[in-house]
Amino acid sequence: MMTSRINPLLILFAVLVYIFLMGPLIIVLGASVSDTTYLTFPPQGFSLRWFENIFAISAFKRTIITSLELAFLATGLALLVGIPAAYALNRYRIKLPTWLSTVFVLPILVPEIVLGFSLLKSVAVGMQTPIFLTLLVGHMLLVLPYCVRVVSASLASFDFSIEEAAVSLGSPPLKTFFTIVLPNVRSGVIAAFILAFITSINDVSTSLFLTGPGVSTLPIQILAHVEQFFDPTIASVSVLLMLLTVAVMAIVERTLGLTFLAK
Amino acid sequence: MTQSLTVQNLTAHYGATKVLEDLSLSVGKGELVSLLGASGCGKTTTLRLIAGFLEPTSGSIRLGDKDLTRLPAYKRDIGLVFQNYALFPHLSVLDNVGFGLKQRGVAPADREKRAKAMLERVGLSQLADRLPGALSGGQKQRVALARALVIEPPLLMFDEPLSNLDAKLRVDMRVEIRQLQRANGTTSVYVTHDQEEAFSISDRVAIMNAGRIMQFDTPETLYQRPANAFVARFVGFENLIPMTVVARDGAVVTAEAAGGARLKLSQERFGEIADSFVLATRADGLAVSTDPKAEGIPAKLGLRTYLGRAYQYQADTAAGQLIANGSLSAPLEPGAQAKLVPMPDQCCVLKPE
Repeated sequence: MMTSRINPLLILFAVLVYIFLMGPLIIVLGASVSDTTYLTFPPQGFSLRWFENIFAISAFKRTIITSLELAFLATGLALLVGIPAAYALNRYRIKLPTWLSTVFVLPILVPEIVLGFSLLKSVAVGMQTPIFLTLLVGHMLLVLPYCVRVVSASLASFDFSIEEAAVSLGSPPLKTFFTIVLPNVRSGVIAAFILAFITSINDVSTSLFLTGPGVSTLPIQILAHVEQFFDPTIASVSVLLMLLTVAVMAIVERTLGLTFLAK
Repeated sequence: MTQSLTVQNLTAHYGATKVLEDLSLSVGKGELVSLLGASGCGKTTTLRLIAGFLEPTSGSIRLGDKDLTRLPAYKRDIGLVFQNYALFPHLSVLDNVGFGLKQRGVAPADREKRAKAMLERVGLSQLADRLPGALSGGQKQRVALARALVIEPPLLMFDEPLSNLDAKLRVDMRVEIRQLQRANGTTSVYVTHDQEEAFSISDRVAIMNAGRIMQFDTPETLYQRPANAFVARFVGFENLIPMTVVARDGAVVTAEAAGGARLKLSQERFGEIADSFVLATRADGLAVSTDPKAEGIPAKLGLRTYLGRAYQYQADTAAGQLIANGSLSAPLEPGAQAKLVPMPDQCCVLKPE
């Protein structure tokens, strides 16, 4: 039997890519358990006190909750708008002008910092909306393009004659959407949810303008903390965020398999 | 309960483009009617209008004594079989077939029994638990057929159901479709661009062009007696020869083609013949004769091709390029002079275009 030879250079290259990808994560993980009062790598000693410290600082506790609330609400609302939009864009593709689908990507093209600033001027200051609401609007705008694009991508391969078949068999259009269309683009919806959720949780640029007294998000709180302290708490928070992401991925992997993301 | 379908004066637009014009069609109880034509002729539009996926600009659609014209698609109770099968990918074969029954509120136990019985009839009961993705094209189309038939629709419609199958399977499936349709006595509309398919399974065929029905008749009549030049060309009359009547003697008419070739035709056979008309024949209907006394169209033979049962010649004549089949026993070389003699029993007299 023939075995194909693998070029050693290729292996070296792969290893380097892995180091490049994993390196920063390992450094953060190391720094978070360091028994020093400053950020350092390799860690000196071992301590979990910086993890405890996260929960001792009330601002972290508060912003973690705010960030989670924001991410869930913004993603949920964006999907509520994005799924029907994606559906309409694909279902009536022939009838709609081509630029229409581009409109839904525009927020990605606009630098987030500009988005944040415009919202600050026009919504927060202009309309005197509460901080959380402004943040919610900002995050929703931020994640909507992902929702529309990802759901669109899975609707693009959906054969709408399947929908017509269901209708011809006596299923009303709205019911057909839920029983026939949605189950077949489920993976797209879940992928959109994950992408949007992570985008919202990690956002700095837009939130920077929209947070205010008493209401902040975790990344903004991290930023604020770094300005004053240089202790490993930051590394611990980062590890916590990583764990959250890994947990989400693990759940998805268990229930659906990650391969669907590649579809 | 199967019903007759009556479509009257249907006109439809896509935006500003008129795609159907004043189309009328009636399908009797238990009859299978095909809409036949090239893509863009309006046959699929007609089917989608009847199904309720498109709205007509004017006209009416009736099924039995029920007016469907403005009824939403899901209330029309029409069984549909699609070109790409359109099975529900996330449901098992059994649930696919049971879907329509479920919408009609049939109890689960009864639903399963009827769906299984239907699968049995299309010979797929052993695949009931599979997902559609695991089936072959032919099996998928059988499931689609079972799904449409199990609701016992008053009308069954097929949209190019066999186009995605290979040639052999296509022939088997169309026989199967026809048998099932006959056995159930379901009124059916069948859309296809394949003439052989349409002629072989239909009671009547509507040949369509540019949003109109050109002729609506039995396959036999369409094949032998096309009503106009379009249909004649469509069913394979290669030669359309313009002629002018030069003499009338009782029922017998003498007509002349370009170049002076004369021909006697009986009005007893062809009906009233106008002063100027088109004589249509297939290649088989033009005999190739080298007899100088033969009464036919003088021609210079061109390319010869071998058909197995005959030699076919491309021939240059004063009436244009004609195609004729000559006997196998006497092949003629390109460039040879011959007479093309129309055989009256294989000719049609048509109005000029």
